[in-house]
Amino acid sequence: MSDLARSALPGAEAGGIVSVREMGLQGMVTLRADLSVAAKALKKVTGAAMPEVRGMTEGEGTRVAWMSPDELLILCDHSAAGEMARGLTEALKGQHHLAVDVSDARAMFSLTGEAGALRDVLAKVTPADLAALAPGEMRRTRLQQVAAALWFESGTEARVVCFRSVAQYVFDLLALSAKDGGAVGYH
Amino acid sequence: MSTRLSEGGRLIDRSRKIAFRFDGKRLTGHPGDTLASALMANGQRIVGRSFKYHRPRGVVASGAEEPNALVNLGEGGRHEPNQRATTTELFEGLAATSQNRWPSLDFDIGEVNALIPRFLPAGFYYKTFIHPRPFWKHVFEPFIRHSAGLGRAPDPRTTDPDRYEHFYVHTDLVIAGGGIAGLQAALEAGRAGAKVLLCEQTAHWGGRAPVDGVEIDGAPAEAWIAAALAELEGMENVHLRLRTMVAGVYDHGYVIAYERVADHVAAPDAPRHRLWRIRAAQVVSATGAFERPLSFPGNDKPGVMLASAMRDYLVNWGVSPGDRTVVVTNNDDAYRTAIAIRKAGLDVPCIVDARDTADGPLPQEARALGIPVKTGMAIANVKGLRGVVAVQLCRQAGEGAVIEDVICEAVAMSGGWSPVVHLWSHCGGKLAWDAGGAFFRPDHEKPPTSHDGEGFVVCAGAADGALHASEVLGNAGAATGRALARLGLSAPGRVATASAPDEAALSPVWMMPQGAGPKKRAKMWLDFQNDVKVSDVQLAAREGYESVEHTKRYTTLGMATDQGKLSNINGLAVLADALGAPIPQVGTTTFRPPFTPISMGAIAGEARGAVFQPIRRTPIQDWHERNGAAWEPVGHWRRPYCFPRDGETKRDAVNREILATRTSVGLLDASTLGKILVKGADAGRFMDMLYTNMMSTLKPGRCRYGLMCSENGFLMDDGVVARLDDETFLVHTTTGGADRIHAHMEDWLQCEWWDWKVYTANVTEQWAQVAVVGPNARKVLEKLGGDIDLSKEALPFMAWAEGRIGGFDARVFRISFSGELSFEVAVPASQGRAFWDALLDAGAEFGITPYGTEALHVMRAEKGFIMIGDETDGTVIPQDLGLDWAISKKKDDYLGKRAQERAHMTDPARWKLVGLETLDGSVLPDGAYAIAEGVNDNAQRNTQGRVTSTYWSPTLEKGIAMGLVLNGPDRMGEVLEFNTTRKAARGEDAPTVKARIVSPVFYDAQGEKQDV
Repeated sequence: MSDLARSALPGAEAGGIVSVREMGLQGMVTLRADLSVAAKALKKVTGAAMPEVRGMTEGEGTRVAWMSPDELLILCDHSAAGEMARGLTEALKGQHHLAVDVSDARAMFSLTGEAGALRDVLAKVTPADLAALAPGEMRRTRLQQVAAALWFESGTEARVVCFRSVAQYVFDLLALSAKDGGAVGYH
Repeated sequence: MSTRLSEGGRLIDRSRKIAFRFDGKRLTGHPGDTLASALMANGQRIVGRSFKYHRPRGVVASGAEEPNALVNLGEGGRHEPNQRATTTELFEGLAATSQNRWPSLDFDIGEVNALIPRFLPAGFYYKTFIHPRPFWKHVFEPFIRHSAGLGRAPDPRTTDPDRYEHFYVHTDLVIAGGGIAGLQAALEAGRAGAKVLLCEQTAHWGGRAPVDGVEIDGAPAEAWIAAALAELEGMENVHLRLRTMVAGVYDHGYVIAYERVADHVAAPDAPRHRLWRIRAAQVVSATGAFERPLSFPGNDKPGVMLASAMRDYLVNWGVSPGDRTVVVTNNDDAYRTAIAIRKAGLDVPCIVDARDTADGPLPQEARALGIPVKTGMAIANVKGLRGVVAVQLCRQAGEGAVIEDVICEAVAMSGGWSPVVHLWSHCGGKLAWDAGGAFFRPDHEKPPTSHDGEGFVVCAGAADGALHASEVLGNAGAATGRALARLGLSAPGRVATASAPDEAALSPVWMMPQGAGPKKRAKMWLDFQNDVKVSDVQLAAREGYESVEHTKRYTTLGMATDQGKLSNINGLAVLADALGAPIPQVGTTTFRPPFTPISMGAIAGEARGAVFQPIRRTPIQDWHERNGAAWEPVGHWRRPYCFPRDGETKRDAVNREILATRTSVGLLDASTLGKILVKGADAGRFMDMLYTNMMSTLKPGRCRYGLMCSENGFLMDDGVVARLDDETFLVHTTTGGADRIHAHMEDWLQCEWWDWKVYTANVTEQWAQVAVVGPNARKVLEKLGGDIDLSKEALPFMAWAEGRIGGFDARVFRISFSGELSFEVAVPASQGRAFWDALLDAGAEFGITPYGTEALHVMRAEKGFIMIGDETDGTVIPQDLGLDWAISKKKDDYLGKRAQERAHMTDPARWKLVGLETLDGSVLPDGAYAIAEGVNDNAQRNTQGRVTSTYWSPTLEKGIAMGLVLNGPDRMGEVLEFNTTRKAARGEDAPTVKARIVSPVFYDAQGEKQDV
């Protein structure tokens, strides 16, 4: 029933010193396993290599992010997430693991703008050290009062993932922080 | 009268004028003015009244240490009390009013207090207003509140129109203070490659070096400051922030800075304040020093100012303090003020120097300018009611016999300088007494330490006690070198050299004249804002207050909004003298952050209005909002309590929702229910430990209700477990329990059973869950179609199935919390809203009725189902609730088992769950107690039970309740009396309500309705 599926805040957008946009439906799979022995299955199902600590790797239409010493997050098409989770379960048969589709438990936002402004806006809401966050590295952190993860897609675009139930809070928070007049000029 | 000079003022732009208002008067100033400099330029000598005696007060300082010039700033939503005029930048349209005066600043009724100060000595309130007791609340306190207090609180009907924000920064070095020491530190650290954040609280770099005529590397300080800034601005690793005050230093290099982004703008589109939350490896405190007042009689009168402040007003803002200024000092630095005043073309009738000799370069220069220097002299009295008109001189060594009167309009006083050691002290840095300078300086051997035991704060320049310009830069260079070394960096390049005329040693003067009698001592102000005088501190010492901390609280010395920035050292020197102890032995009071008050807005940051707190939303929340839901907070969720229709009360709505559900079909958004996956070879074993009953025997495709207890045996959560496959369980928790129970699971798995093969995942938000409830529930779902056989045979009570309902991906659980035929259907959250809409469509012909949490609660209570948080409160065990059937006797262990075997837990006298029915059909008050015979040791009525849940049942048309009652299950049919909140009639006992003990299952005891 994908035609009836809706992301948390379809079409939500805000402008200012950076632009904030909800990215629509995004497939996500949580994999918990002993990462030292799951690389082969991961490669087979996602096409991506095992990421380093806090790293992200690219596969065929997929991306794999390191979440914790025994947890990965796989990003893929929304329609492919269920199959991806089943594929991982199959590939890891006989090995202790948990693979589950969590696409709808999350919301994802894109922030675009000039590199410095982008980091300034994020620094208003996250205690993470943004200067130390290289593109392609994912940081699990907080956006003020809620849990979130973020990474830089490029110098001028950041992505933010949060839980679906707090998507409105996170959007409001980012939109407020990006409001005109709020430039900091630090980064 | 103070006024603006025809020229001078390095910080003001004389080509432009700014209009502002003070107490309604229209005045003008220039860009670059502070409110204080503008008020003085307009001849406004009295700017406020003191706290206790309502004495007229003028500006005394030029910066953050100002105790007197506090104003109500702004109007309406932007009104703020207690703003320091000395740190308020002037802007077009600024409106300020004076504080603590009635009816007007020039004529104040409360000033009568000042005529009788002997009635208000230290500790006066404690001693006087004790008896009779009721007088405190009804007579004394209202009177004191009216006469005391500073600014006016903001009008609660207004809303602050501005926004605020936080800003997180990680850096190697934070430098507090942008004077020449701070600039030198930044240059050195920047050149060494460190990441630097340099914060200056004012709007200008360079501190007071330009005012004091300091030369650096042979040129005026301004040139060096400009060059330093140019170099720093060119460094990518250095950030410079003006109007940003380092407010506090905390453990592990956490530093708070307060940026006044738009305080100098009338109606900003920028955030007004920004709170910087900084992680710094090292902190350099280049915070300078404060000048100390001298304690002579009448030192609080308008026109008496700190010598350095007077110099600031003259040089920075072109403001004259008056035509004739007497300088009174115990050091050479104050001569700079006399020289500056003379060079501005104004008169200095004399310099009163408490020392016996004054022959250094500065005194010589003053003499050369024709200023009489009177050594060994003191001020015996200041004449003038609303401001200085003359001073009377005496010998410093004597008791105050007047030798001569000197006509003047202003007095510049200097009692020496104290390093600003606040940031060093916030996190535990210790101080050492410097006898030569008569001040406390940072003890380098005892710095505030970080996680590794190493110091993480250094003081640079005057803040380290290097008060003379020639020492400042060398000291700052060395301090920065120490900080850089801790970062593993080394400082390249040379440190600049500053020079200024030499200064002779000061002579500590804590009282002027030194032999002053009681009358004079009662006119020597230590703390200007709180009206604490030398006599008050001496009285405290006589009354036995030996600890400086006790004296502070008894006298209120240093407890005003300026936190004793001017009074601290003078006060404790007086105390030390009174106690006959050396000053370092008496010690200082504790320096705590913030350095000066920061706004509540900055602390709250963005967290107001829509983002005050995250409100969790289900995928169906929009529908609830549009359909008029009344809300109930459940954790961070807002759940519909009920859906009142036009004209309906909430109670009407709840009753309608229940009856519609029981007679046809209702719909509940149960998406908030916790859902946790538990998977692995040891999942069954883990589930058996988590739950009191046996879960490992549950078959795939089936559901089982279970109870979870804490280690101490208390019931902490309940819910239905579905077995998905051999290795996988889906745990349903209460709405509020999802995160807590997930953490509880991970705690046990990570800390205790780390070798068990179990993974968990909280998938609560992956699913939208809708309960379709009532006799027509199956018909509605069957109408939608799909591939799941929903018949009783294929999907019996407590079974679950996966497949499609209509076109939706669904898991259907045959579970019931209402006693009706019920299907809880989970669909992916993205499909939740569409599924809800489809159910409403399909159910229209059955009058399908969305219901809220209250209907849910009433229906479960009618069935006698317990609710976590109602029947449990952290002290209740499953056995109390008659849930013995859900406690496995076969299992060796489960969390809470051993605790439940303790004597207190097996005590037969524990109150147990029963149903309660009032004799008159009314609803029992929530939380009411069943009264018993007699009273306890506290003369309170004995009790034998309490109500845990109580509702009006529209199904049964009477009040129903559950409660915990002593021996309850053995007392069926017995009638108890419950207390109420109704008042007793005169002479009678408080009214009670009678209720009969019954089974807690009020509705369909056989469970036939849910099993169809």
